[in-house]
Amino acid sequence: MKIEIKDLHFTYPTGLEALQGISLTINSGEQVAIVGQNGAGKTTLVRHFNGLLKPTSGSVMIGDWDTAKYSVAKLASRVGYVFQNPDEQLFSRDVLTEVEFGPKNLGYSKEKIDELVKQALAWTELTDKTETNPYDLSPTWRKMVALASIIAMDTPIVIFDEPTTGQDFANVSRIAHVIAELKKQGKTVITITHDIDFCAENFERVIALSNGKILLDGKAREVLGQEEILAQTYVDPPQLTRLGKLLNLKETVINQEEFLNVIARNVG
Amino acid sequence: MAFVNIQNLTYKYPLTKTPALQNMNLQIEKGEFISIIGANGSGKSTLCYALAGFVPHFFKGEISGEIEVDGAASSKSTLDEWVVNVGLAFQNPFNQISGAKYTVFEEIAFGLENAGVPREQMKSRVEEAMQLTGISNLADRSPYSLSGGQQQRVALTSILVMQPKLLVLDEPTSQMDPIGTREVFSVIHNLTQSGMTVVMVEHKVEWIAHFATRVIALKDGAVLTEGKPSDVLTSDLLIENGFGVSRYTSVAREAKKQGLWKKDKLPVTLFEAAEGFNTK
Repeated sequence: MKIEIKDLHFTYPTGLEALQGISLTINSGEQVAIVGQNGAGKTTLVRHFNGLLKPTSGSVMIGDWDTAKYSVAKLASRVGYVFQNPDEQLFSRDVLTEVEFGPKNLGYSKEKIDELVKQALAWTELTDKTETNPYDLSPTWRKMVALASIIAMDTPIVIFDEPTTGQDFANVSRIAHVIAELKKQGKTVITITHDIDFCAENFERVIALSNGKILLDGKAREVLGQEEILAQTYVDPPQLTRLGKLLNLKETVINQEEFLNVIARNVG
Repeated sequence: MAFVNIQNLTYKYPLTKTPALQNMNLQIEKGEFISIIGANGSGKSTLCYALAGFVPHFFKGEISGEIEVDGAASSKSTLDEWVVNVGLAFQNPFNQISGAKYTVFEEIAFGLENAGVPREQMKSRVEEAMQLTGISNLADRSPYSLSGGQQQRVALTSILVMQPKLLVLDEPTSQMDPIGTREVFSVIHNLTQSGMTVVMVEHKVEWIAHFATRVIALKDGAVLTEGKPSDVLTSDLLIENGFGVSRYTSVAREAKKQGLWKKDKLPVTLFEAAEGFNTK
């Protein structure tokens, strides 16, 4: 399902102009990372996708729906949103009830709900924790519950706001796995992240925001190699990209495989 | 005796079956910048709580062993005596903000008010602390109107202003952009230069390597390994136990298998990696 944004402006009641003319098309099945400094407008932008915020001017289309004309509840059937802080979205007394809540509200059949819930719990490795109260789990597992409860809604578009914040290595790998599975299913995944290495390893397209505007938008390799422009929005290129630059490699490398290939070629 | 001395510390939260800390022993000297790493559930936050006196004084539960800071024993102190010496910035800044104050300035002054610091002194200390962490421009904002990264700076500042002897930070940069992270690390580094002792839980390995004097890796509530950042962060033990390492370390480890990394020692930082790949 296509997302089409035209000249989007958004001003908060305080007068802060958080978005200043964003135009953007995200095609069905794309994996997009949004990066940029604190306060760049990343969260404000994605909250327009599920209608939590409505444009001050300009438009946001989710498929054939103009978000200005649809409620958050309605948009929830097209756009799933995993909050940065899981505690802002969890409320059920056990994990299973929490994960079932979304698909139930979307009115799916019992069989479909069971299947979606089973899959979401498997991807997030929560199958053995279905009876636990989410608040008896550690913050990292609560994050997985938040993820599962959104994935189970089977929306064509899924948004993650800072999924890897405060997560350990094992959990970051789990989240990467979930994103890969969503990709296989042809879902659109949009992720806000400060974790630029995670971004390089899991996303095809990167959008850098700065002061409410798009600074860069393109293939991960093209965007993440632009060290000087990225610096304007306080983003460092990925570790291996910086290493490649320092070694004067001709190509921009963004992950381990690329780096090793280039090094091997230079040696040979 | 060491400035911080943890001896045979075992602790179990109420209502849990297994101890969060198991027979832990740890000594920290004055002025050290200690970085704690470990998987989720390895006991990092519990160790922070124990150092800050919340374990066991606030959380209750079963404890044995002893925690001493600057010669005082936790078991013989009350929490209000303890917090004068040890400051803790929480993992989630939202949980730390008092909810009783309308502005960031007042929020940061809250601890000093409670400690009965005279008004004029309080004002100058708050201003100084805000300058140090670069949040003077947020003074009149509501603590709740801030972004996650800004809230983290406020939480950190409200602890720094108390001038604790031991500063305990639980993932203080988790919601910050790279520049914010760099600034916080350099502020902390400077404080340790002037004698403050810092214990920081952190996942950002590259920064740890630059600034920490010692890294302590926890697993299942006990110390798995500890030592210089360049030794601990490149050790095979970390990989075997599912820890995250820097991309420089993992790329060099792979390169070594292919004969593309010639040094014995693996790199942690960008410059170590660049140096190693250049000399081949």
